[in-house]
Amino acid sequence: MTGWLDALIQGVLLGGLYALFAAGLSLMFGVMRLVNLAHGDIIVLAAFAILVVAGKLGLDPFVAVALAAPILFVIGFALQHVLLNRTLGRDLLPPLLVTFGLSIIIQNGLLQIFSADSQRLRSGAIETASIPLGGGIAIGVVPLLTLLSAIAVIVVLNMIFYRTPIGRAFRATSDDLEVAELMGIDISRIFATAMGLAFVVIAIAALYLGLRANFDPTIGPARLLYAFEAVIIGGLGSFWGTLAGGVVLGLAQTIGARIDPEWQILAGHLAFLVVLALRPRGLFPRAQD
Amino acid sequence: MPFLETRNLTAFYGDFQALYGIDTSLDKGETIAIIGANGAGKSTFLKAIAGLIHGTPDSVQLEGMPIGARGAADIVKLGIALVPEGRRLFPSLTVEENLLIGGYGRKIAGPWTLDRVYALFPILRERRSMATPALSGGQQQMAAIGRALMSNPRILLCDEISLGLAPIIIADIYAALPQIKAEGTSVVLVEQDIVQAMKVADRVYCFQEGRLSLTGRPRELTREQIHRAYFGS
Repeated sequence: MTGWLDALIQGVLLGGLYALFAAGLSLMFGVMRLVNLAHGDIIVLAAFAILVVAGKLGLDPFVAVALAAPILFVIGFALQHVLLNRTLGRDLLPPLLVTFGLSIIIQNGLLQIFSADSQRLRSGAIETASIPLGGGIAIGVVPLLTLLSAIAVIVVLNMIFYRTPIGRAFRATSDDLEVAELMGIDISRIFATAMGLAFVVIAIAALYLGLRANFDPTIGPARLLYAFEAVIIGGLGSFWGTLAGGVVLGLAQTIGARIDPEWQILAGHLAFLVVLALRPRGLFPRAQD
Repeated sequence: MPFLETRNLTAFYGDFQALYGIDTSLDKGETIAIIGANGAGKSTFLKAIAGLIHGTPDSVQLEGMPIGARGAADIVKLGIALVPEGRRLFPSLTVEENLLIGGYGRKIAGPWTLDRVYALFPILRERRSMATPALSGGQQQMAAIGRALMSNPRILLCDEISLGLAPIIIADIYAALPQIKAEGTSVVLVEQDIVQAMKVADRVYCFQEGRLSLTGRPRELTREQIHRAYFGS
């Protein structure tokens, strides 16, 4: 009984990590309908960026991410402005091909610079600290921080989208590009800003990716898959849905692992397929479109 | 010099030519109406002015400044706002958010605020926090006009604002026009409803298959002239 309860709690906490992976993807798709196949690799790239900043300056990763976030905002802004805006249009294929190419470039670039060795972010005692809940169950401090950060990211993104002028412009642009232009909205700037914001979310996701487990240049595509599944399970265009999607995926994986350790990954994919079969638009689809 | 002028304005959709050398002019504070059958190029004409279709720089001139090649986001900042055909409100924004986004990039000081728009169309104040798909057609049209006004336009372009609405609602909407014009705003109306257009316009242009077929002051034009300009002979 304790084992099952433990699996449920750990599953929800793991869901926080998947929600962080997915939030950036959800943001990109929500604003510019961009399916970014390099998303997982960009998370890994950001983890290496934090590693370098932390290593060179001798900083704790939590401080390093605060330094890396503005840099990543600028990189995201520039990437969208210079490259990805050119791929967006009526045809769905160009953005897929270009981000697929980016994925390969990032993986091989990282391999070239950092080799295939596993790395991890070091933050001292907090890495292994845990809080006993009684009854033989304990929760790790880092997994708990991951979930709390995921919730904070979702709350902040919702506030930006629903309480600020730039958020209104994001939603208007997503609704109708042509009329958004008529309102004086500079579409390519709005897209670039959204990508910059997504990169900041990616920096936070990368921090926990690197703190919780080892990473190396090749693990990006699997993170992309989890992020995708979380977004689709939650329903496109809803940030709270993305959080729920991450939690569903995390729960399925830990429950699957509880049944048989080999089933962890499979159980997550099965949960995704079940949701897709029963609710093709996800659990919390947006009312429109 | 006219306030707004089109000179030899042409427009294409791919290989299809929609406008053939249109010359028009609009004075400050004036209202002109563009009439014509379906497919005559009326909406295309408005889109070309609003910057949704690009032409040569000289083909559209605002106070002598060539603006024919500028994008829509620039044009609205110069004080030209379009109320697009079919309203096209943002469905995931509330009524009030739709109005606010109308003033998003506004560079021009002017009279229009949320309160002024609500005073013009009081029903919108009651519906301010509703999603726009829940509004009636007439209310949606009012919101679309209010949204355009929020940019403080010097020239308001209206594409078929009476389309699909009951006559009594159309009268309500046109009743707002004098208050808009009182701010010195010039208006370009594209209208299917000729009677309505003739009533409010200072001058009328009739389009036929992408060409100008008739122009004049409403009271100087005869039924036969309009009939011929509309359908050809």
